Order: sequence, then C-alpha cells, then structure tokens
Amino acid sequence: MAAFGSFALLIALALAVYNLLAGTVALRLIATGQPAQISPERLADTARRAGIAGFIAVTGAAFALLWAVFTNDFSLTYILEHSNRALNPAYKFAAMWSGQEGSLLLWAWLLAVYGFVLRLRHKTDVKLYAYAGTILAGVQTFFLLLLCFPASPFALLPAVQVTHPFGVGPAALFALQQAGVVPMDGNGLNPLLQYPEMVIHPPMLYLGYVGFSVPFAFALGALMMRYPGEKWIKITRTWTLVTWLFLTCGIFLGMHWAYAVLGWGGYWGWDPVENASFMPWLTGTAFLHSVMMQERKGMMKSWNVWLIFSTFLLTLLGTLLTRAGLVSSVHAFAQSSIGTWFVVFMGVVLAVCIFTYIYNRHHLQTEHHLESLVSRESSFLFNNLVLLTACFVILWGTLFPILSEYVVGNKVTVGAPWYNRVAVPIGLFLVLLTGVGPLLPWRAASLKSIKKNFVLPVVALWVTVIVCLAVGVRPWTDGQFSSGNFYALVDFAVSAAVLTAIISEFLRGAAVISKQTGRNLFSSTWLLTRRNTRRYGGYLVHIGVVIVVIGLAGSAFNRNVESELAVGDHLNIGPYQLDCTGFTQDSNALYNSEYAMLNVSKGGKYQFQMLPERRVYLSEGQPETMVAIHSTIGWDLYVVYEGTNPDTGHPIIKAIMNPLVSWIWAGLVVMVLGTFIALVPSLTPATAALKVPAARVIPVEPIFKGGD
Amino acid sequence: MTTPSRFTFWTRFVEVAVLAVAVCFSLGASSPSSRISDLDHRLMCQCGCAQLLGECDHVGCPDRDKELAELSADISSGMNDKEIFSAFTAKYGAVVLAAPTTHGFDLVAWIAPFAVFAAALLGTILLVRRWSGISIVRAKAAAASADPGAIDPAELERRDRIRRETGMDGGGFEQ
Repeated sequence: MAAFGSFALLIALALAVYNLLAGTVALRLIATGQPAQISPERLADTARRAGIAGFIAVTGAAFALLWAVFTNDFSLTYILEHSNRALNPAYKFAAMWSGQEGSLLLWAWLLAVYGFVLRLRHKTDVKLYAYAGTILAGVQTFFLLLLCFPASPFALLPAVQVTHPFGVGPAALFALQQAGVVPMDGNGLNPLLQYPEMVIHPPMLYLGYVGFSVPFAFALGALMMRYPGEKWIKITRTWTLVTWLFLTCGIFLGMHWAYAVLGWGGYWGWDPVENASFMPWLTGTAFLHSVMMQERKGMMKSWNVWLIFSTFLLTLLGTLLTRAGLVSSVHAFAQSSIGTWFVVFMGVVLAVCIFTYIYNRHHLQTEHHLESLVSRESSFLFNNLVLLTACFVILWGTLFPILSEYVVGNKVTVGAPWYNRVAVPIGLFLVLLTGVGPLLPWRAASLKSIKKNFVLPVVALWVTVIVCLAVGVRPWTDGQFSSGNFYALVDFAVSAAVLTAIISEFLRGAAVISKQTGRNLFSSTWLLTRRNTRRYGGYLVHIGVVIVVIGLAGSAFNRNVESELAVGDHLNIGPYQLDCTGFTQDSNALYNSEYAMLNVSKGGKYQFQMLPERRVYLSEGQPETMVAIHSTIGWDLYVVYEGTNPDTGHPIIKAIMNPLVSWIWAGLVVMVLGTFIALVPSLTPATAALKVPAARVIPVEPIFKGGD
Repeated sequence: MTTPSRFTFWTRFVEVAVLAVAVCFSLGASSPSSRISDLDHRLMCQCGCAQLLGECDHVGCPDRDKELAELSADISSGMNDKEIFSAFTAKYGAVVLAAPTTHGFDLVAWIAPFAVFAAALLGTILLVRRWSGISIVRAKAAAASADPGAIDPAELERRDRIRRETGMDGGGFEQ
C-alpha cells in the first residue's frame, strides 16, 4: 500500500499542477482574447476535470494510509510512530491526523473534497468557478508538494527502504518482522489523543481551516477577473458560513477535550495553537458581518477582500505555528522543519494578493457614504474594528515572546494574566456591540428610536448589576479588588442587556405578525424567523455567543480543594461531600489505570458516585488523566485523580467547582442552531402567504422582506 | 412640560442606580486575604508543563512544591509583590512571570494593544464622519438642484410607507 499511496500522491500532484497551469493559461487567453490552437474554454474544462481527478487520487492516498493503519503495516515510519495493534479502531482513524504527515494528508484531502464540490457546481458561474478552481489548485499543489517530498506519510523505515524501495506486501512484512527488521508493534497513539473528541475535533478544525481556502479563492478570483457586482459574495456566503461553523465547532471541541483530558480544570489556556485557531475565527466573523455592507450598500469592497485574504493567511499561520515550533505549545507533537515551506508559501500568497490588489484596485473603488454615525452601518464598522483589534491582540500576545527574544535577547512568558487584562475588556466591548448593533436601523437612527429600543436593555443592565452585587458577585475578594470578579460582574450585566435587546427584537417582530395573522406568539416567532432566516438566525448566533460569554465569566468564581484520601476519608467542596469508599487498579492491553471510588453526598444524602482515573499507557509510559465530571446548569463538579502519595499509597484527589461551564457548551448548541437557520433560504413572500390559514387571509404584501 | 419631567425621571433613575451600586460595593469589602492564591496565578510552573504555578496538576512535579514553598517563605518574610517577582526572576529567569513586566521593552507588550485599539477607533470615527460628510454634501447638492414640484406625492407616500414598514422609524430592521 505504501507504493500505491505514494503513487496516488504523485498523480494528485501532477493533476494539481496541470489544473493550475492549464487553468492559468486558459483564463489568461480568455481575458486577453488572444488566438490559440486550442479553445481556452476547452482547456479550462480539462483543468477542471483534472481537479476532479485529483480528488480521486488524494482520496486513494488517504485510503492507503487508513489501510496501512488498520493492517498494522509497521514498515511505514508514520504507522510505527502513531499506531499499535491494541489501538481501538476508532482511534486508528485519529492516528491519521495525530502526526504531521497524516494531518497534512487530511488537509490535502479536505481541500480536494471542497474543490470537488466546487468544480461540480461550476455551472453556477463557469468563469468565476474556473478562477476559484485554479487558485485552489495552486493551494493544493503546495500541500501535495509537502506530502510528496519533505513530509511523506508513506516513508518506509530506513532498513526496509534499502531492501524494498516500493514497499512490502503482507507476506514480506511478516518475514521482515520475524527477522527483526520491522518491529512487531508500533509506538501507539499519543494517549492525550485517545479521547472521543479527538476523533472529530481535528477534522472539524481542519474543515474550518481548509474551508476558508474557498472564499479566499473566490475573492482572489473575482478580483483577478474584475468580477462585476456582488454576486461572488452571495456565492461564497454559504461556503463561508459552513466553514465558520466547522471552525467554531472545532474550537469548542478542542476546549472540551482540554477540559476533560488535561485535568487542570480549565478549557482555554491561551496556548499559541489555541490562539492560532481563534484568529481566523475572528477575522472570518468580521468578514461575515462586513460583507453585509457590501451586499446592501456596495461599500467596503477592498476591506472585505483583505479580510478574507487575512483569514486565509491566518489559517496558514496557525499551521505554521503548530509545525515550526516557533513558540512553545502543548501541541508540540506535530513539530518539524517544514516551517520554512510555510513561510515561503505565505510569502507567495501575500505577494499574489498584494499584486492583484494593486493591479485591480480601481475595480474595488466605491463611493462610501453614511447618513449617520449612529446607524447599523457604523455598528458594522465598529464591530469589525473590535474583532480585528482582538485578532491583533491575540497575534501580538502569541508572537511577543519571539519579538522580545529577538529585540532584547530575553524570552518572556505571555500567559493568561496578560490576556485577561488585555483581551477580556475588548471581548466585553464586542459583546456589547452584539446587542447594540441589531437595535440600530440602517441609514440613521432617530433619538426617538434610540430611546425606544435602548430603555429595556439599560434597565436590564442595571437590575443585573444590583442583583449580582446583592447576591455576592462583587468585585473584591477578601477585601481586595479582584479584576476577575469585576469583569464577571460587567459580563453578567452586559450579557443581560444584550439578551434583552435581542429577545425584544424577536418579540417586536413576532407581535406585528401575531397582530396581522392572529397566530400565537410562538408560532409568530417561528414564522418571523422563517421569513428572514439570515437575520434571525444571526440573532440566535448572537444569543449563543452571549450564553457562552456568561459561561466564561463563571471561571472567576472557581474554587478547589486538594487532599490525600484514605478509605473512609472525605473532602468538602461547595454543597458536596466526597467520601472515599475505595481505590483500586486495573490494566488492559493498552494501559494500567488507578482510580478512586468517591461517593458524593449533598446535605447528608447520597447523590452519585464519581470515578476519577489516572492511566499510564504501556507503549509510551505516558500518564493521562481521566477526569470525573458531574455537570449541572449551575456548576461542574470536576474531580481529578492526581496520583498516589508514594509514602502512604493513598490517592491524591483534587476537586474543583467550576461555575457555569455547561453554559459554554449550551451556547455552542444555540450558535450551531442559529447558523443552520441562517443557512436555510428564507420563506418567500408568496409561500408565506400560502401558509396563512385560509380563514384569515391577509393581503399578500409581506411584512418583512425575505429571501436574503 | 413632558420633556423636563421625563428628563428628571431618568436623572433620578440613574442616580438611584449609581447609589445602589455604591451601597452594594461598600458592603463586605472587609476580610484580610492570603496573597498566595493571587501570586501563584501570576507565576509559571517551571516543570515544562506551561501552566500557571497555581494550576500545575502534576503529582510529584519537581518544581511546583519547591516554587510554592519559596513563595510562602517570601510572603512570610514580608516581601512585597515586586520583591517576590524580582527574586523569582533572578532565580528562574523572566519566563517565570506569567505576564511581561511593565518596564523596559516589556512595556510594549501592554501598550501596543491599547494603542492599536485607540488608533483604530479614532480612524473609524474619522472615517464615519468623513463618509457622513460626503452624504450630507451630496444630499444638499441634490436638494439644491431638485425641483420640489417634480416630486410625485404618490412616490412620497410610498417612500414613507416603506420607511414605516422596514423599521426606519425605529421598528423592525433588515439585516
């Protein structure tokens, strides 16, 4: 299979290069109108077909790697280092992306999938899709070059390479294993990755990263061909939203993995690689908002183009940070020397973007005009400002240690305290804008409308402040000012105001529909949402963000206790008492484990049992924490088996009360739901009229515009 | 005189809200504190786990207990925060601090984000004002050149209705 996989990658590379070159020549001929021996349209179509064939070739390579994993072909270096015989089949899939070569193959395959779908849909706009497909082929060529040369997942063990340069079959593999040339078993998968989320978190994240290649390709292609109008924005909207959704899910799954596996009680450590995934999310979010300005007012064309260029470059930067070891990170398992390749590729991409922009910038010139500083348009501008500033802050914090070492020769740490002081205020301002923006009308807001729309949110804000202070959420701890508590208080208050603002928007629209159709409030809200899925789906996403932010604020009130527990001992945290009823050991083919049995009671009544566990994987000797978590809507009881006291042999248990963590995951669900709704086409006015009960037919004139 | 009374109402409302917050702030700001839980979240564990000292969860960590003991000793000896950080930096290097200091080149780490934010905010405000100015000039020019009699009353009525129904008067808004 090694030979098949390598050959498939070489074929895919050849097809991608052909797609790039033939596509470029064909589009150049079409643009200049030069005569040619072959019709440029036919040449462009052969390029497109090469792209489709490339998908098949990359799929073949991915299949070959999976086959090698499942057949335990340890003659391949990659399989030897990232799998073993006893590995659970589900995690054998995860082995595909647990190392650098495999994750690059996953990237190339996902890009091929996106390209395949794009090329199949080429009839939507043949010329624009030809440009986008050619640009994607350029990106694919880079990744296939990496896979064919410096980072081949099908590289054979050096000893096997000498005798069997084209790989080995099952019989030869068995003979080589008997001879001791090929090990009988592999090193196994990194234990930290042997967790259910790890089967879906990396593909989700990569779907997000890779997905931004598509709007990037459309934006660059539209600029190259001086595409008239804003249709390319409409075409890419679905791509961008889906990509954004994948990236969002990927980030949150990573957070949940960190929370459940790393055992430190948190979900976000401002690790450089976490930051790297967050930066394109921020610029992608800014893009999703600012394109509305271009669609409705024809403004910010250059800005939007550069936003999507930046987003794509940031996805590459994220990959660079993971691979090149520029900054210290917990994601060090995939480091290597291919960072230089990424730096060069990013340089090429940036140069192409700058050249194309300068060459065609006149095409993007528009007349910018706003009627008022207080308007929806302005709110979009400020929203972009805050999102981009947040992105800069995170980039600055991530790269400052390198900068400091370069400038003054002194490496420093930029950790959570710095981000909490710098990024949190900006984040709170952004949350505020999510509530203010929807309350402002397009063009201009009158004083009357501002008063009318802002009264309730302002009341909600102050009521929340007073209630929080009264129940003990105060910006001091033990007599000292606590910035965490202060930010939490501001967060709760602003979140209450924003939720009030958005829910008011729903209710106001639903009330109008209810009045006109006689439906109840729930039914009216549903109809309202269906009539403008984009708008109200967006509002739901905002609600989801606010719920997440409320959950994040809960971390200000974390508390923990750590204790060595003998059988019969107990520890208390919050309303719970944890009684140790025993501790034991277990082992299987993969790991040895120790775990404690803790009976949890509340108010003297038994509630449930928790089994915090610590595993030591046999293949690597690496320990892994299996945290026991009991979630409620108010808090998580998070119990970690930290190890045993070597003197007494008793387990050391750490219990943490993490308030509001479940709100974070609930917020994600709302965000996903909102995005799905925003992706569904709005009910057209004609259909809306048909849905109204016959007895209460109203004039067909729509109350709200649909269809966008 | 509706407007002044409304103004008075809102002024009073804000005053009461501020007073209520102030009263709540003044309640309970009392008990003495242990600084260790604060300081161990401003220092890094040096075992290579890249975690804050107060959050390092490695049993048998070669550095955590040692650093915590040093921290307790420094606090007991009456050292202030600055002296404690200086002692840790002298022993472990600047990487032991979880955030850059506020002097020398490190200060740039703190200033740059806010400077960029302020510059971007100012730039956005100026941009919006400029774009608003263009609109006003264009509107005035259009008004000056237009013949008022040429506007169709039916068109005016239609425009007003659209404004009402699309929320230009503060009702529902299109996104």
